[in-house]
Amino acid sequence: MTVAAFHPRPTLSNQEVARYSRHLIMPEVGMDGQLKLKSASVLCIGAGGLGSPVAMYLAAAGVGRIGLVDFDVVDYSNLQRQIIHGTPDVGRRKLDSARDSLHALNPEVEIETHEVALSSANALDLLGGYDVIVDGTDNFPTRYLVNDACVLLGKPNAYGSIFRFEGQASVFAAKDGPCYRCLYPEPPPPGLVPSCAEGGVLGILPGVIGTIQATEAVKLIIGNGEPLIGRFLVYDALRMRFRELKLRRDPDCPVCGDRPTVTELIDYEQFCGVAPAAPAAGTVAGDNGTDAAGDEATVEQLKARIDRADGVFVLDVREPQEFQICRIPGSTLIPLGDLPKRLGELEGRSEMIVHCKSGVRSAKAVKLLREAGFDGAKNLRGGILRWIDTVDPSLPKY
Amino acid sequence: MPTRILIPTPLRGYADQQEVVEAEGATVGELLANMTAEYGGLRKHLYNEDGKLRSFVAIYLNDDDIRFLEKEATPVGEGDTVSIIPSVAGGAGRRA
Repeated sequence: MTVAAFHPRPTLSNQEVARYSRHLIMPEVGMDGQLKLKSASVLCIGAGGLGSPVAMYLAAAGVGRIGLVDFDVVDYSNLQRQIIHGTPDVGRRKLDSARDSLHALNPEVEIETHEVALSSANALDLLGGYDVIVDGTDNFPTRYLVNDACVLLGKPNAYGSIFRFEGQASVFAAKDGPCYRCLYPEPPPPGLVPSCAEGGVLGILPGVIGTIQATEAVKLIIGNGEPLIGRFLVYDALRMRFRELKLRRDPDCPVCGDRPTVTELIDYEQFCGVAPAAPAAGTVAGDNGTDAAGDEATVEQLKARIDRADGVFVLDVREPQEFQICRIPGSTLIPLGDLPKRLGELEGRSEMIVHCKSGVRSAKAVKLLREAGFDGAKNLRGGILRWIDTVDPSLPKY
Repeated sequence: MPTRILIPTPLRGYADQQEVVEAEGATVGELLANMTAEYGGLRKHLYNEDGKLRSFVAIYLNDDDIRFLEKEATPVGEGDTVSIIPSVAGGAGRRA
Protein backbone atom coordinates (compact mmCIF):
# COMPACT_ATOMS: atom_id res chain seq x y z
CA MET A 1 0.00 0.00 0.00
CA THR A 2 1.36 3.37 -0.87
CA VAL A 3 1.45 6.40 1.35
CA ALA A 4 -0.73 8.19 -1.14
CA ALA A 5 -3.64 6.02 -0.06
CA PHE A 6 -3.75 7.94 3.21
CA HIS A 7 -3.53 11.29 1.45
CA PRO A 8 -6.25 11.27 -1.13
CA ARG A 9 -5.32 13.14 -4.28
CA PRO A 10 -6.77 16.61 -4.31
CA THR A 11 -9.56 17.16 -6.73
CA LEU A 12 -10.83 20.27 -8.44
CA SER A 13 -14.27 21.70 -7.73
CA ASN A 14 -16.38 22.70 -10.72
CA GLN A 15 -15.55 26.28 -9.98
CA GLU A 16 -11.81 25.47 -10.02
CA VAL A 17 -12.22 23.61 -13.31
CA ALA A 18 -13.73 26.76 -14.77
CA ARG A 19 -11.00 28.93 -13.25
CA TYR A 20 -8.12 26.80 -14.54
CA SER A 21 -9.71 25.67 -17.80
CA ARG A 22 -7.02 27.27 -19.99
CA HIS A 23 -4.45 25.19 -18.13
CA LEU A 24 -6.53 22.05 -18.13
CA ILE A 25 -7.01 21.94 -21.88
CA MET A 26 -3.32 22.23 -22.66
CA PRO A 27 -1.42 18.93 -22.68
CA GLU A 28 1.66 20.40 -20.96
CA VAL A 29 -0.36 21.12 -17.81
CA GLY A 30 -3.66 19.25 -17.97
CA MET A 31 -5.51 17.87 -14.94
CA ASP A 32 -2.37 16.16 -13.61
CA GLY A 33 -0.36 19.35 -13.74
CA GLN A 34 -3.12 21.43 -12.19
CA LEU A 35 -3.48 18.97 -9.33
CA LYS A 36 0.28 19.10 -8.81
CA LEU A 37 0.03 22.90 -8.60
CA LYS A 38 -2.81 22.60 -6.11
CA SER A 39 -0.76 20.25 -3.90
CA ALA A 40 2.37 22.38 -4.17
CA SER A 41 3.77 25.11 -1.96
CA VAL A 42 6.07 28.00 -2.86
CA LEU A 43 7.83 30.42 -0.54
CA CYS A 44 8.37 33.96 -1.90
CA ILE A 45 11.14 35.70 -0.04
CA GLY A 46 10.34 39.39 -0.29
CA ALA A 47 6.97 40.89 -1.24
CA GLY A 48 8.45 43.72 -3.26
CA GLY A 49 9.40 44.26 -6.87
CA LEU A 50 10.07 40.64 -7.76
CA GLY A 51 7.77 39.11 -5.15
CA SER A 52 4.76 41.04 -6.49
CA PRO A 53 4.47 39.40 -9.92
CA VAL A 54 5.77 36.08 -8.59
CA ALA A 55 3.08 35.79 -5.91
CA MET A 56 0.30 37.12 -8.14
CA TYR A 57 0.99 34.75 -11.02
CA LEU A 58 1.48 31.78 -8.72
CA ALA A 59 -1.80 32.55 -6.98
CA ALA A 60 -3.54 32.96 -10.32
CA ALA A 61 -2.03 29.69 -11.54
CA GLY A 62 -3.46 27.85 -8.55
CA VAL A 63 -0.40 27.01 -6.46
CA GLY A 64 -2.12 25.59 -3.39
CA ARG A 65 -0.06 27.22 -0.67
CA ILE A 66 1.99 30.41 -1.05
CA GLY A 67 4.23 31.71 1.72
CA LEU A 68 5.44 35.31 1.86
CA VAL A 69 8.36 36.57 3.91
CA ASP A 70 8.64 40.32 4.46
CA PHE A 71 8.73 42.79 7.30
CA ASP A 72 8.41 46.04 5.45
CA VAL A 73 5.65 48.62 5.12
CA VAL A 74 4.28 49.88 1.79
CA ASP A 75 5.83 53.20 0.79
CA TYR A 76 4.90 55.55 -2.07
CA SER A 77 8.25 54.84 -3.72
CA ASN A 78 7.29 51.13 -3.97
CA LEU A 79 4.23 51.69 -6.17
CA GLN A 80 6.21 52.32 -9.37
CA ARG A 81 6.91 48.56 -9.56
CA GLN A 82 5.41 46.60 -6.65
CA ILE A 83 2.07 45.97 -8.29
CA ILE A 84 0.71 43.72 -5.56
CA HIS A 85 0.29 46.91 -3.49
CA GLY A 86 -1.95 49.87 -4.31
CA THR A 87 -2.10 53.50 -3.31
CA PRO A 88 -4.56 52.87 -0.43
CA ASP A 89 -2.03 50.36 0.97
CA VAL A 90 0.66 52.97 1.64
CA GLY A 91 1.59 52.66 5.31
CA ARG A 92 0.19 49.12 5.65
CA ARG A 93 2.30 46.06 6.26
CA LYS A 94 3.30 44.62 2.89
CA LEU A 95 2.18 41.20 4.06
CA ASP A 96 -1.37 42.41 4.77
CA SER A 97 -1.58 44.27 1.50
CA ALA A 98 -0.19 41.31 -0.46
CA ARG A 99 -2.54 38.84 1.22
CA ASP A 100 -5.56 40.98 0.30
CA SER A 101 -4.47 41.24 -3.33
CA LEU A 102 -3.82 37.52 -3.63
CA HIS A 103 -7.09 36.55 -1.99
CA ALA A 104 -8.97 38.90 -4.28
CA LEU A 105 -7.25 37.26 -7.23
CA ASN A 106 -7.77 33.68 -6.09
CA PRO A 107 -9.54 32.82 -2.83
CA GLU A 108 -8.85 29.11 -3.45
CA VAL A 109 -5.16 29.39 -2.55
CA GLU A 110 -3.81 29.43 0.96
CA ILE A 111 -1.59 32.40 1.83
CA GLU A 112 0.85 32.13 4.71
CA THR A 113 2.56 35.30 5.87
CA HIS A 114 5.82 35.37 7.80
CA GLU A 115 6.68 38.78 9.21
CA VAL A 116 10.29 38.04 10.01
CA ALA A 117 13.74 38.97 8.86
CA LEU A 118 15.07 35.76 7.40
CA SER A 119 18.09 34.67 9.43
CA SER A 120 20.34 31.68 10.02
CA ALA A 121 18.22 30.92 13.06
CA ASN A 122 14.88 30.62 11.25
CA ALA A 123 15.72 29.93 7.58
CA LEU A 124 15.85 26.13 7.64
CA ASP A 125 12.53 25.84 9.48
CA LEU A 126 10.86 28.39 7.26
CA LEU A 127 12.16 27.17 3.90
CA GLY A 128 11.79 23.53 4.92
CA GLY A 129 8.01 23.88 4.85
CA TYR A 130 7.84 24.59 1.10
CA ASP A 131 8.53 22.74 -2.16
CA VAL A 132 10.05 25.59 -4.17
CA ILE A 133 11.77 28.77 -2.99
CA VAL A 134 11.63 32.01 -4.99
CA ASP A 135 14.36 34.45 -4.02
CA GLY A 136 13.33 38.06 -4.54
CA THR A 137 15.38 39.75 -1.86
CA ASP A 138 17.37 42.93 -2.17
CA ASN A 139 20.60 42.28 -0.31
CA PHE A 140 23.59 39.99 -0.46
CA PRO A 141 23.45 38.47 3.06
CA THR A 142 19.93 37.18 2.38
CA ARG A 143 20.90 35.97 -1.12
CA TYR A 144 23.68 33.79 0.30
CA LEU A 145 21.53 32.69 3.22
CA VAL A 146 18.72 31.58 0.90
CA ASN A 147 21.18 29.83 -1.41
CA ASP A 148 22.89 27.90 1.34
CA ALA A 149 19.63 27.00 3.07
CA CYS A 150 18.19 25.71 -0.24
CA VAL A 151 21.26 23.55 -0.89
CA LEU A 152 21.26 22.17 2.66
CA LEU A 153 17.53 21.41 2.43
CA GLY A 154 17.61 20.15 -1.14
CA LYS A 155 15.08 22.77 -2.32
CA PRO A 156 15.19 24.36 -5.76
CA ASN A 157 15.62 28.14 -5.82
CA ALA A 158 14.11 30.21 -8.62
CA TYR A 159 16.50 33.13 -8.57
CA GLY A 160 16.03 36.64 -9.95
CA SER A 161 17.88 39.88 -9.48
CA ILE A 162 17.55 43.36 -10.95
CA PHE A 163 19.47 46.59 -11.32
CA ARG A 164 18.33 49.67 -13.26
CA PHE A 165 17.30 48.04 -16.56
CA GLU A 166 19.26 44.81 -16.36
CA GLY A 167 18.01 41.58 -14.82
CA GLN A 168 19.35 38.12 -14.11
CA ALA A 169 17.51 34.85 -13.60
CA SER A 170 18.38 31.21 -13.04
CA VAL A 171 17.27 28.11 -11.19
CA PHE A 172 19.70 26.91 -8.59
CA ALA A 173 18.82 23.28 -8.31
CA ALA A 174 19.57 22.35 -4.77
CA LYS A 175 22.02 19.54 -4.04
CA ASP A 176 22.94 18.73 -7.62
CA GLY A 177 23.84 22.34 -8.23
CA PRO A 178 24.95 24.57 -9.69
CA CYS A 179 24.17 27.07 -6.97
CA TYR A 180 24.61 30.80 -6.52
CA ARG A 181 28.02 30.29 -4.96
CA CYS A 182 29.25 28.32 -8.00
CA LEU A 183 28.84 31.58 -9.92
CA TYR A 184 29.76 34.01 -7.18
CA PRO A 185 31.78 32.34 -4.42
CA GLU A 186 31.90 35.58 -2.45
CA PRO A 187 29.83 38.73 -2.21
CA PRO A 188 31.14 42.17 -3.12
CA PRO A 189 32.25 44.31 -0.20
CA PRO A 190 29.52 46.67 1.02
CA GLY A 191 29.30 49.88 -0.95
CA LEU A 192 31.00 48.64 -4.12
CA VAL A 193 27.76 47.68 -5.83
CA PRO A 194 24.95 50.22 -5.64
CA SER A 195 21.53 49.07 -4.46
CA CYS A 196 18.24 49.68 -6.27
CA ALA A 197 17.49 52.38 -3.74
CA GLU A 198 20.70 54.08 -4.81
CA GLY A 199 20.85 53.18 -8.49
CA GLY A 200 17.17 53.12 -9.37
CA VAL A 201 15.28 50.46 -11.28
CA LEU A 202 12.96 50.50 -14.28
CA GLY A 203 9.57 49.70 -12.78
CA ILE A 204 8.65 47.05 -15.35
CA LEU A 205 11.97 45.19 -15.00
CA PRO A 206 10.97 43.20 -11.89
CA GLY A 207 7.77 42.32 -13.77
CA VAL A 208 9.80 40.61 -16.50
CA ILE A 209 12.26 38.91 -14.17
CA GLY A 210 9.59 37.99 -11.61
CA THR A 211 7.39 36.35 -14.24
CA ILE A 212 10.42 34.32 -15.35
CA GLN A 213 10.88 33.17 -11.76
CA ALA A 214 7.18 32.31 -11.49
CA THR A 215 7.35 30.42 -14.81
CA GLU A 216 10.28 28.38 -13.54
CA ALA A 217 8.49 27.63 -10.27
CA VAL A 218 5.45 26.35 -12.16
CA LYS A 219 7.63 24.23 -14.48
CA LEU A 220 9.45 22.71 -11.52
CA ILE A 221 6.12 21.84 -9.92
CA ILE A 222 4.47 20.29 -12.96
CA GLY A 223 7.76 18.64 -13.97
CA ASN A 224 7.49 19.73 -17.57
CA GLY A 225 9.72 21.65 -19.94
CA GLU A 226 13.39 22.55 -19.62
CA PRO A 227 14.08 24.32 -16.36
CA LEU A 228 16.57 27.19 -16.24
CA ILE A 229 19.05 24.95 -14.43
CA GLY A 230 22.70 25.38 -15.38
CA ARG A 231 21.77 28.42 -17.42
CA PHE A 232 22.03 32.05 -16.42
CA LEU A 233 19.70 34.43 -18.20
CA VAL A 234 20.76 38.06 -18.51
CA TYR A 235 18.14 40.53 -19.71
CA ASP A 236 18.76 44.07 -20.90
CA ALA A 237 15.45 45.94 -21.05
CA LEU A 238 16.92 49.02 -22.69
CA ARG A 239 18.18 47.06 -25.67
CA MET A 240 15.47 44.38 -25.34
CA ARG A 241 17.99 41.59 -25.43
CA PHE A 242 18.17 38.26 -23.63
CA ARG A 243 21.47 36.40 -23.34
CA GLU A 244 21.96 32.91 -22.00
CA LEU A 245 25.20 31.97 -20.25
CA LYS A 246 26.29 28.54 -19.10
CA LEU A 247 26.34 27.98 -15.39
CA ARG A 248 28.37 25.05 -14.16
CA ARG A 249 28.54 23.36 -10.83
CA ASP A 250 31.91 24.13 -9.26
CA PRO A 251 33.40 20.92 -7.79
CA ASP A 252 35.16 23.20 -5.27
CA CYS A 253 31.95 25.04 -4.33
CA PRO A 254 31.91 25.35 -0.53
CA VAL A 255 28.20 24.46 -0.39
CA CYS A 256 27.28 22.17 -3.29
CA GLY A 257 30.78 20.99 -4.29
CA ASP A 258 32.37 17.58 -3.85
CA ARG A 259 33.80 18.39 -0.42
CA PRO A 260 31.49 21.01 1.04
CA THR A 261 32.93 23.14 3.82
CA VAL A 262 29.68 24.94 4.59
CA THR A 263 27.49 22.25 6.13
CA GLU A 264 25.33 24.49 8.28
CA LEU A 265 24.14 28.07 8.04
CA ILE A 266 26.73 30.70 8.94
CA ASP A 267 26.66 34.37 9.94
CA TYR A 268 25.80 35.97 6.59
CA GLU A 269 26.06 39.56 7.77
CA GLN A 270 29.63 38.84 8.73
CA PHE A 271 30.25 36.85 5.53
CA CYS A 272 29.12 39.85 3.50
CA GLY A 273 31.08 42.31 5.63
CA VAL A 274 27.93 44.00 6.87
CA ALA A 275 27.89 44.94 10.54
CA PRO A 276 24.62 43.62 11.97
CA ALA A 277 22.20 46.13 13.43
CA ALA A 278 24.62 49.01 12.93
CA PRO A 279 23.08 52.27 11.78
CA ALA A 280 23.72 53.11 8.15
CA ALA A 281 26.72 55.28 7.54
CA GLY A 282 25.74 58.91 7.57
CA THR A 283 23.31 58.40 10.40
CA VAL A 284 26.05 57.64 12.89
CA ALA A 285 26.14 58.71 16.51
CA GLY A 286 24.87 62.06 17.66
CA ASP A 287 21.55 61.84 15.89
CA ASN A 288 19.80 63.83 18.57
CA GLY A 289 22.34 66.55 19.07
CA THR A 290 23.37 69.32 16.80
CA ASP A 291 27.09 68.99 17.50
CA ALA A 292 29.04 67.49 14.67
CA ALA A 293 32.43 65.87 14.60
CA GLY A 294 35.30 67.74 12.93
CA ASP A 295 34.63 66.23 9.54
CA GLU A 296 30.86 66.63 9.72
CA ALA A 297 28.39 69.48 9.62
CA THR A 298 24.73 69.50 10.62
CA VAL A 299 21.87 70.84 8.53
CA GLU A 300 21.23 73.46 11.22
CA GLN A 301 24.80 74.72 10.92
CA LEU A 302 24.51 74.83 7.14
CA LYS A 303 21.20 76.69 7.27
CA ALA A 304 22.68 79.30 9.62
CA ARG A 305 25.64 79.82 7.31
CA ILE A 306 23.47 80.13 4.20
CA ASP A 307 21.29 82.65 6.06
CA ARG A 308 24.42 84.62 7.02
CA ALA A 309 25.54 84.45 3.38
CA ASP A 310 29.08 83.75 4.55
CA GLY A 311 30.05 82.26 1.19
CA VAL A 312 29.86 78.62 2.30
CA PHE A 313 30.51 76.25 -0.62
CA VAL A 314 28.05 73.37 -0.84
CA LEU A 315 29.10 70.39 -2.97
CA ASP A 316 26.35 67.97 -4.02
CA VAL A 317 27.78 64.56 -5.04
CA ARG A 318 24.50 62.97 -6.13
CA GLU A 319 23.57 62.16 -9.74
CA PRO A 320 22.12 64.83 -12.09
CA GLN A 321 18.70 63.08 -12.01
CA GLU A 322 18.60 63.48 -8.24
CA PHE A 323 19.72 67.11 -8.48
CA GLN A 324 16.69 67.76 -10.70
CA ILE A 325 14.33 66.48 -8.03
CA CYS A 326 15.56 68.71 -5.22
CA ARG A 327 18.65 70.65 -4.23
CA ILE A 328 20.07 72.83 -1.50
CA PRO A 329 20.12 76.47 -2.69
CA GLY A 330 23.42 77.54 -4.21
CA SER A 331 24.91 74.05 -4.27
CA THR A 332 27.31 72.80 -6.94
CA LEU A 333 26.83 69.37 -8.48
CA ILE A 334 29.73 66.98 -9.10
CA PRO A 335 28.56 63.34 -8.99
CA LEU A 336 30.75 61.11 -6.79
CA GLY A 337 31.88 59.04 -9.80
CA ASP A 338 33.17 62.18 -11.56
CA LEU A 339 34.82 63.69 -8.53
CA PRO A 340 38.35 62.23 -8.98
CA LYS A 341 38.75 63.76 -12.43
CA ARG A 342 37.01 67.05 -11.58
CA LEU A 343 39.00 67.94 -8.47
CA GLY A 344 40.54 70.80 -10.44
CA GLU A 345 37.20 72.63 -10.30
CA LEU A 346 37.53 72.79 -6.51
CA GLU A 347 41.03 74.26 -6.56
CA GLY A 348 41.47 76.90 -3.89
CA ARG A 349 38.43 75.87 -1.83
CA SER A 350 39.76 75.71 1.69
CA GLU A 351 36.41 74.68 3.06
CA MET A 352 33.27 73.02 1.74
CA ILE A 353 30.20 71.12 2.94
CA VAL A 354 29.54 67.96 0.96
CA HIS A 355 26.18 66.24 0.78
CA CYS A 356 24.30 63.46 -1.00
CA LYS A 357 20.88 61.88 -0.36
CA SER A 358 21.48 60.43 3.09
CA GLY A 359 25.18 60.82 3.81
CA VAL A 360 26.78 57.61 2.54
CA ARG A 361 28.15 58.80 -0.79
CA SER A 362 29.18 62.17 0.64
CA ALA A 363 31.17 60.39 3.37
CA LYS A 364 33.13 58.66 0.58
CA ALA A 365 33.54 62.00 -1.19
CA VAL A 366 34.87 63.68 1.96
CA LYS A 367 37.39 60.86 2.41
CA LEU A 368 38.48 61.24 -1.19
CA LEU A 369 38.67 65.05 -0.91
CA ARG A 370 40.71 64.93 2.28
CA GLU A 371 43.13 62.47 0.74
CA ALA A 372 43.50 64.91 -2.14
CA GLY A 373 44.40 67.69 0.28
CA PHE A 374 41.01 69.37 0.78
CA ASP A 375 41.28 69.30 4.56
CA GLY A 376 38.27 71.57 5.04
CA ALA A 377 35.76 69.18 3.44
CA LYS A 378 32.91 68.32 5.78
CA ASN A 379 30.11 65.78 5.36
CA LEU A 380 26.56 67.05 5.81
CA ARG A 381 25.12 64.60 8.28
CA GLY A 382 21.89 62.96 7.09
CA GLY A 383 22.17 64.47 3.61
CA ILE A 384 19.44 66.31 1.78
CA LEU A 385 16.80 64.06 3.37
CA ARG A 386 17.72 65.53 6.77
CA TRP A 387 17.75 69.01 5.21
CA ILE A 388 14.20 68.47 3.94
CA ASP A 389 13.01 67.08 7.29
CA THR A 390 14.58 69.84 9.36
CA VAL A 391 15.01 72.93 7.21
CA ASP A 392 12.79 72.88 4.13
CA PRO A 393 9.86 70.43 4.23
CA SER A 394 8.50 71.99 1.02
CA LEU A 395 11.06 70.07 -1.04
CA PRO A 396 10.03 66.65 -2.42
CA LYS A 397 11.61 63.53 -0.91
CA TYR A 398 12.54 60.57 -3.05
CA MET B 1 42.04 42.54 -34.06
CA PRO B 2 40.34 44.04 -31.02
CA THR B 3 37.85 41.98 -29.02
CA ARG B 4 34.50 43.25 -27.78
CA ILE B 5 34.00 43.38 -24.04
CA LEU B 6 30.44 43.89 -22.81
CA ILE B 7 30.25 46.21 -19.81
CA PRO B 8 27.29 45.59 -17.46
CA THR B 9 25.07 48.42 -16.28
CA PRO B 10 26.55 48.84 -12.78
CA LEU B 11 30.06 49.28 -14.21
CA ARG B 12 29.30 51.53 -17.19
CA GLY B 13 29.99 54.60 -15.09
CA TYR B 14 33.63 53.51 -15.02
CA ALA B 15 33.83 53.07 -18.80
CA ASP B 16 32.51 56.42 -20.00
CA GLN B 17 28.96 54.98 -19.99
CA GLN B 18 29.77 52.63 -22.87
CA GLU B 19 28.05 49.24 -23.06
CA VAL B 20 30.80 47.79 -25.25
CA VAL B 21 34.50 48.56 -25.20
CA GLU B 22 37.20 47.06 -27.38
CA ALA B 23 40.64 45.89 -26.32
CA GLU B 24 43.57 43.99 -27.78
CA GLY B 25 44.94 40.80 -26.31
CA ALA B 26 45.60 37.15 -27.09
CA THR B 27 44.10 35.93 -23.81
CA VAL B 28 41.23 37.06 -21.61
CA GLY B 29 43.77 38.22 -19.00
CA GLU B 30 45.59 40.42 -21.52
CA LEU B 31 42.35 41.90 -22.76
CA LEU B 32 41.21 42.82 -19.28
CA ALA B 33 44.63 44.24 -18.42
CA ASN B 34 44.57 46.43 -21.52
CA MET B 35 40.99 47.46 -20.83
CA THR B 36 41.69 48.48 -17.23
CA ALA B 37 44.79 50.35 -18.39
CA GLU B 38 42.44 52.52 -20.42
CA TYR B 39 39.58 52.63 -17.93
CA GLY B 40 41.34 52.77 -14.58
CA GLY B 41 38.10 53.01 -12.60
CA LEU B 42 37.16 49.46 -13.62
CA ARG B 43 40.26 47.99 -12.05
CA LYS B 44 39.14 47.88 -8.43
CA HIS B 45 35.84 46.31 -9.50
CA LEU B 46 37.58 43.48 -11.35
CA TYR B 47 40.74 42.86 -9.35
CA ASN B 48 41.47 42.62 -5.64
CA GLU B 49 44.50 44.13 -3.92
CA ASP B 50 46.60 41.12 -4.91
CA GLY B 51 45.78 41.62 -8.57
CA LYS B 52 43.53 38.56 -8.71
CA LEU B 53 40.13 38.59 -10.37
CA ARG B 54 37.44 39.22 -7.79
CA SER B 55 35.15 36.34 -6.90
CA PHE B 56 31.96 38.37 -7.16
CA VAL B 57 32.53 39.22 -10.82
CA ALA B 58 32.21 36.45 -13.37
CA ILE B 59 34.08 36.76 -16.67
CA TYR B 60 32.56 34.99 -19.64
CA LEU B 61 34.09 34.20 -23.01
CA ASN B 62 31.03 33.95 -25.24
CA ASP B 63 28.65 31.85 -23.09
CA ASP B 64 31.28 30.12 -20.92
CA ASP B 65 32.67 31.09 -17.54
CA ILE B 66 36.47 31.39 -17.94
CA ARG B 67 36.97 29.67 -14.57
CA PHE B 68 35.88 26.48 -16.32
CA LEU B 69 38.09 27.15 -19.34
CA GLU B 70 41.71 28.23 -18.80
CA LYS B 71 40.88 31.13 -16.50
CA GLU B 72 42.75 34.30 -17.48
CA ALA B 73 44.99 32.31 -19.83
CA THR B 74 41.94 31.42 -21.95
CA PRO B 75 42.85 32.28 -25.54
CA VAL B 76 40.66 34.73 -27.41
CA GLY B 77 39.91 34.24 -31.09
CA GLU B 78 38.39 36.36 -33.80
CA GLY B 79 34.72 37.09 -33.27
CA ASP B 80 34.78 36.18 -29.58
CA THR B 81 32.97 38.35 -27.07
CA VAL B 82 33.96 38.76 -23.45
CA SER B 83 31.29 39.67 -20.88
CA ILE B 84 31.60 40.92 -17.35
CA ILE B 85 28.75 39.56 -15.22
CA PRO B 86 28.68 41.20 -11.79
CA SER B 87 26.59 40.03 -8.89
CA VAL B 88 23.62 42.27 -8.19
CA ALA B 89 21.30 41.78 -5.27
CA GLY B 90 18.34 43.98 -6.13
CA GLY B 91 14.84 42.66 -5.87
CA ALA B 92 12.41 43.56 -3.17
CA GLY B 93 13.38 47.22 -3.30
CA ARG B 94 13.15 48.12 0.36
CA ARG B 95 13.19 51.74 1.27
CA ALA B 96 16.51 53.54 1.12
